[in-house]
Amino acid sequence: MKATEKRGYFGEFGGSSVPSDLQNVLDILEENFYRYKDDEEFNRELNYYFEEYVGRKSPLYFAENLTKQCGGAKIYLKREDLNHTGSHKINNVLGQILLAKRMGAKRVIAETGAGQHGVATATVCAMFGIDCTIYMGAEDTKRQSLNVFRMELLGAKVVAVEKGQGRLKDAVDEAFADLVKNYEHTFYLLGSAVGPHPFPSMVKHFQSVISKESKKQHLAKEGKLPAAVLACVGGGSNAIGAFAEYIDEHNVRLIDVEPDQAPTLTEGRPGNLHGFRCIVLQDEEGTPLPTYSIAAGLDYPGVGPEHSYLKTSGRAEYVTVTNEEVLEGFQTLSKVEGIIPALESAHAVAYALTLAPALSAEDSIIVNISGRGDKDVEQVFAMLKK
Amino acid sequence: MTTTTAAGRFGAYGGQFVPETLMTPLLELEKSYEEAKQDPAFQEELHYYLTHYVGRETPLYFAERLTEKIGGAKIYLKREDLNHTGAHKINNALGQALLAIRMGKKKIVAETGAGQHGVATATACALLNLDCIVYMGAEDVKRQALNVFRMELLGAKVISVEKGSATLKDAVNEALRHWVTHIEDTHYILGSALGPHPFPTIVRDFQRVIGDEARIQIQEQEGRLPNAVVACVGGGSNAIGMFYPFIGDRDVKLIGVEAAGAGIETGKHAAAIAGGQKGVLHGAYMYLLQDENGFVQEAHSISAGLDYPAVGPEHCFLSDIGRAAYDSVTDEEALEGVKLLCATEGILPAIESAHAVFYTSKLAATMKKDDIIIVCLSGRGDKDVHTLIDALGGNMR
Amino acid sequence: MTLQTAMESAIKSGEKAFVPYIMAGDGGLSILRETILRLQHLGVTAIEVGIPFTDPVADGPTIEKAGERALANGVNLRNVLAALKEFAHEVKIPLVAMTYLNPILAYGAAAFAQDAYEAGIRGLIVPDMPLEESSIIHTELSEKEISLIQLVSLTSPTERIAKLAAASEGFIYAVTVNGITGARSVFSNDLAPHFANLKSYSALPVLAGFGISTPEQVEAFGSFSDGVIVGSKIVDALAHNDWETIESLVKASKHAEVN
Repeated sequence: MKATEKRGYFGEFGGSSVPSDLQNVLDILEENFYRYKDDEEFNRELNYYFEEYVGRKSPLYFAENLTKQCGGAKIYLKREDLNHTGSHKINNVLGQILLAKRMGAKRVIAETGAGQHGVATATVCAMFGIDCTIYMGAEDTKRQSLNVFRMELLGAKVVAVEKGQGRLKDAVDEAFADLVKNYEHTFYLLGSAVGPHPFPSMVKHFQSVISKESKKQHLAKEGKLPAAVLACVGGGSNAIGAFAEYIDEHNVRLIDVEPDQAPTLTEGRPGNLHGFRCIVLQDEEGTPLPTYSIAAGLDYPGVGPEHSYLKTSGRAEYVTVTNEEVLEGFQTLSKVEGIIPALESAHAVAYALTLAPALSAEDSIIVNISGRGDKDVEQVFAMLKK
Repeated sequence: MTTTTAAGRFGAYGGQFVPETLMTPLLELEKSYEEAKQDPAFQEELHYYLTHYVGRETPLYFAERLTEKIGGAKIYLKREDLNHTGAHKINNALGQALLAIRMGKKKIVAETGAGQHGVATATACALLNLDCIVYMGAEDVKRQALNVFRMELLGAKVISVEKGSATLKDAVNEALRHWVTHIEDTHYILGSALGPHPFPTIVRDFQRVIGDEARIQIQEQEGRLPNAVVACVGGGSNAIGMFYPFIGDRDVKLIGVEAAGAGIETGKHAAAIAGGQKGVLHGAYMYLLQDENGFVQEAHSISAGLDYPAVGPEHCFLSDIGRAAYDSVTDEEALEGVKLLCATEGILPAIESAHAVFYTSKLAATMKKDDIIIVCLSGRGDKDVHTLIDALGGNMR
Repeated sequence: MTLQTAMESAIKSGEKAFVPYIMAGDGGLSILRETILRLQHLGVTAIEVGIPFTDPVADGPTIEKAGERALANGVNLRNVLAALKEFAHEVKIPLVAMTYLNPILAYGAAAFAQDAYEAGIRGLIVPDMPLEESSIIHTELSEKEISLIQLVSLTSPTERIAKLAAASEGFIYAVTVNGITGARSVFSNDLAPHFANLKSYSALPVLAGFGISTPEQVEAFGSFSDGVIVGSKIVDALAHNDWETIESLVKASKHAEVN
């Protein structure tokens, strides 16, 4: 199977339907991305920062206690939670900022929802001394004031977007508007595997370090490939990174885990959102439906185009878990392994608790722990102590 | 080389100033530890968890932009902030938890100040399936409610200590009392390079992985040893772990940075070497903040991890013999250190570690461009964001 | 009279030694004289005078709280010794100071020994200074004939018990429970053989302490030891000015069966 038949398309999904001003900017970005993605010097530098700054490679940890408790397949955890800033987000922002530097950008902009991508972006901008502006919905800035402070501490300017509902979608709109106006010296650093081409391909490229590592690590430990790889999916950046190297390995099941209250892939239909075609959770008239995930990072009615394609082509499986199951996964991993996962990652953990017992002890599965749960402790505290 | 001059002594410092009931368990601990230390299987198991669970080794990162900004010596950061649970504390907690299992103890007691050591210990106990009780001062329980919840999530029982000043030293008192009354089945995981022998040695040995790695890494990256190694000192566990492998390298300056709080001259500080006298607390002879009656005084620092009225015995010795130098950095300067590292490197350090960062920024400026400094970045600052907001308010740039 | 002779003469007269523990300065230093003289009048063998400390790790809640009250009254080792010296001529029984080590170090060991002797202190218990560490002050104490009393934990290995028993001065303080000070309702049943064992290592009187709180326990321990030390219960009674309880405890030591 060849996912990318035409640049920027995954079957019918992806592409770029944006105003021509913006298309010009995206064309320049695309050109640079393809110029540098396999450039030796570029990758040498990226790898240097992965190792020395982010702390890669991240371990593929055999969760012995969890495996015993489930009584089935061996469970391995890919520990993206150990990365600098606490999640997989840093992989992508590092890759893109190195690209931005080569493109001569003087200024970086980004959108953020709960603040994770904003903090990651502000982090690398601080490191490279590049001016940084983060667009964040006004509502989100109120709920996530700690992250606003962190971004400011890192020297970023945080713009509270009052338009629309003051949420992530509105922040994205503002960021694109900024880009169109200031493209000559501004780089838009998008955080998930969504948006118009070349963003989904670019984000996948930089996140695929997850599965490049895990494949080698798993082979070294088990002498074979895993039976399945599990990842949570919102926009889908950690999932596409965790899957990338296995897409052509047909014996490896790829399983996307969604919140049952933001079941884009499970219940959505093809549609258009933010300038690209993907599966969208929408009503009869094509209006995106509201989503209600307890994990801010999964609270999105669309999904990356490649995930959309992997669904329609039948290559990946899609399952949903309930909030209760997620909290159960969150607590179980904390208690039996001493690892407090991000609520997003706890979705994948939750499904592993169901899947592992159904598999043979000869099998092994990889669960992508996309981030650590420190950011969620307050929220879980409120939910559990109720 | 070793700095231990007699069993459990570092020069005059250290020792075993404990109730008689604890002597037998301490002797047993010493024996078990010596055996474990020599046992390749034990070291292999520890190494397994450090590699696959904690995520070691941690990078020795060349802080290029910080270096440029200061314009002096090259600054390298030893990235303990990238460890699982966010600080160097896990190195020791895991090592001691494995030791407890080896000794046939199924229960763990620990003290914690702000909660970092408590979280690390609760984590190790969750991983290794040990019962865990953590004593924490009532004041700290209030200030660090989320860390309490974190420990509970990890399956630990947190007991709030209302006595005395209701802070770290009172938590240590209670943990020691608990241990005395449950010695048959319980091991005490002390969190810093403090307490009665063999704790300072055990903690140092489990933390020396920091310095061992850094010493190899700097030679790989620079082809030589650094001119100076800098670390913050509260009880002193990250510092001793960082310093120890360099002690024999006479040309490497070792510098410990104590918390000067509001300033040494105000009396509101936690700098036991700078402002304390020799005395005994929690089982060891060391520099101690005390009044003329020998009563222990409260320490003051913006960073909970340095907020302890004494400093580990090996540091006292290294200070006396001049092998290591100790200086101090105020709360305000430490906050400057936080801002500096955030702005130049995109790394939010723990306020503890920021003491070392600030000191280094001053030191580096006085050194030559081809000189090298290694700073131990002992932990990440996520836990401190509330404190930073209170301290910096809207005035952060 | 040295501590040991005082103990031995009480025992020779057919009684068991009874040593109450008081926290100096609980209720203020002004009542210290009255408390000590009244205890002396009741016929106690010696009195253990506790010095408050900021970090009393070997003490349970009762004594710890008494210590906190004393600290709040501004009490410290220096002013306790000064107060004792004032009425030392009236005190005919030996006093045993019980203090954590650091106040002694801050005082200076030689100066402490001198002032303590003048205050009538003949014995010393330092709960956070095991035998191995005692050289830090032992010479200074010996010069003033202040006995350094060793606590012996009954669960320690035999060699250690033998070593501590041989090194103790004045009397041997047998810790009857693993743990900290404070009242207990239950003791291990097999304590008697431990005491017999202890007696075989040393000619010193052996006193039982930690957790003893009722006249029945005083009598029971008297049947296999040379006497008892009662701490928390006395501290509690003094705090409530309950001399009746104290009297009943002292009396019990006089009935204790002689073995």
